[in-house]
Amino acid sequence: MNWVRRRMGGGFTLPLLLLAAWAAAVHLGWLDIRLWSSPEQVLAAARQRLQDGSLGLALIASLKRDLAGFAIGALTGLLLGLFLARVRLADLLLSPTLNGTRQVALFAWVPFLSLWLGNGEAGRIGFIALAAFFPVLLHAHQGAAQIDRRYLELARILGLKPHRLLVKLVWPAAKPQIVIGLRLGLIYAWLGTIGAEYLFSTTGGVGAMMMDARDLFRMDQVILDMLVIGGVGLILNWGLNGGARFLGSEGPG
Amino acid sequence: MTDLSHWAAAGFRAGRPQLPLRFPKPRWRTSRALGWILPLLLLATWWGASEAHLVAEQILPRPENVARALGELAGNGDLKRNLLISLSRVAYGFAGGAMAGLLLGAGMGFSPSFARFVRPTFLAVSQIPILAWLPFFMLLLGIGEALKIVLVAKAVFTPVTLGTAAGIEGVPLRYLEVARVLQLSRWQTLRRVIWPAALPQIFTGFRYGLTHAWMALVMVELLASYEGVGYLMIYSRQLFQLDVMVAMMLVIALVGLFLDRLLALTERHLLRRYGAAS
Repeated sequence: MNWVRRRMGGGFTLPLLLLAAWAAAVHLGWLDIRLWSSPEQVLAAARQRLQDGSLGLALIASLKRDLAGFAIGALTGLLLGLFLARVRLADLLLSPTLNGTRQVALFAWVPFLSLWLGNGEAGRIGFIALAAFFPVLLHAHQGAAQIDRRYLELARILGLKPHRLLVKLVWPAAKPQIVIGLRLGLIYAWLGTIGAEYLFSTTGGVGAMMMDARDLFRMDQVILDMLVIGGVGLILNWGLNGGARFLGSEGPG
Repeated sequence: MTDLSHWAAAGFRAGRPQLPLRFPKPRWRTSRALGWILPLLLLATWWGASEAHLVAEQILPRPENVARALGELAGNGDLKRNLLISLSRVAYGFAGGAMAGLLLGAGMGFSPSFARFVRPTFLAVSQIPILAWLPFFMLLLGIGEALKIVLVAKAVFTPVTLGTAAGIEGVPLRYLEVARVLQLSRWQTLRRVIWPAALPQIFTGFRYGLTHAWMALVMVELLASYEGVGYLMIYSRQLFQLDVMVAMMLVIALVGLFLDRLLALTERHLLRRYGAAS
């Protein structure tokens, strides 16, 4: 009995049960088959999309967009965050405005950005950059503002030049927070990518593919795309963790 | 190995909750006043530039037009009607999502074996961002009221579950031992010991949930709605009534701020009432 309980209590039981229930419900006709797809149909959709290459193309389009936007937003946020944390006057002048701007729900920027940057790729990437910008900014600011005053005094006594101060003190001290910020930024950038592909007029991308599938009432493809989007988020996060470890900070995880 | 990217980064794993970061407030009045310089400067530039016809009105509407649009929307009841619709969507969705999240989180917090059973599935499902659920829910529910409420509920559900579970798991064993020594009943232990100790984490979940819910609602109203503040905004964009659009952007920002403040006040009130040191 004991091993049964141990097995049943494991994390794999529930997904398997759910999968079985899903398959059974579709095959026994408890779910409307005009609307629902069975697990096999989702697999078949995956195979078909891999074979005709449409999944790969959409992924590449989305990832390019995502990484371009993330790079712009994260870099701006990182530099501005470190700058504001170390230059008090700039902090007092700028931070309240930035804080107010942050209150605008992310997607409320879409109409504005589409007006200023156009409804095409520039608008999308601008939106993704904005999505990544704020978390990176806030965490870089927090990390660099928290440095122990004694270290800063010591640095002054030693007569450290500003760039040495940045490399030797500010960067290592702020790194854990920066890693958190980058991680959040990457997640928001991915969210922004999907959102941008829904809302801007789009050529290609996973989000657009998903909306097309919805228009065609293809539940199998919608579920497949959901899994793909979740999987990509996970992989991006792993990639960032790997990068953080490589930089010599194990990060918060 | 349960690495949950953003929620982990959000601080649910640490003992103390880490609220959504904000810039620290300066201590002195004069320093705070400095913060007003930039917005006023921007406003002046905006006004000056539109006055001198430096920017086309098709790019940036004039500030006085935005103010007038806001006044008109408030005057003819459009603002109130759409705001109430959006807020009621948030309220229903929040209530449902928070309730479900509290239940599941409490189950995971109180029973380690239940947590082992459910957590991996829960974490895997929560890897799918809220936006990716949208087409799925649109297929299942259509684009009616149910879609918005379910989406808001889903946005609230995940962080509340995580916060509740982390809060209950994080109650120090010493507290529970004291409760046992004092022979408190189960109900008393729950109310007097566990609830106050877990409250900050639970509220962290609420606040993340509400922020994400508002974001998701604006999104779905932009995409698939005929009412609500997000709809009003995208509709004015299509008609090129940019003054209305900017006015709605301000409204959306203010509502987000208001919702966050409301939760922060509720939390402070509850913490004081249950006498927990925060």
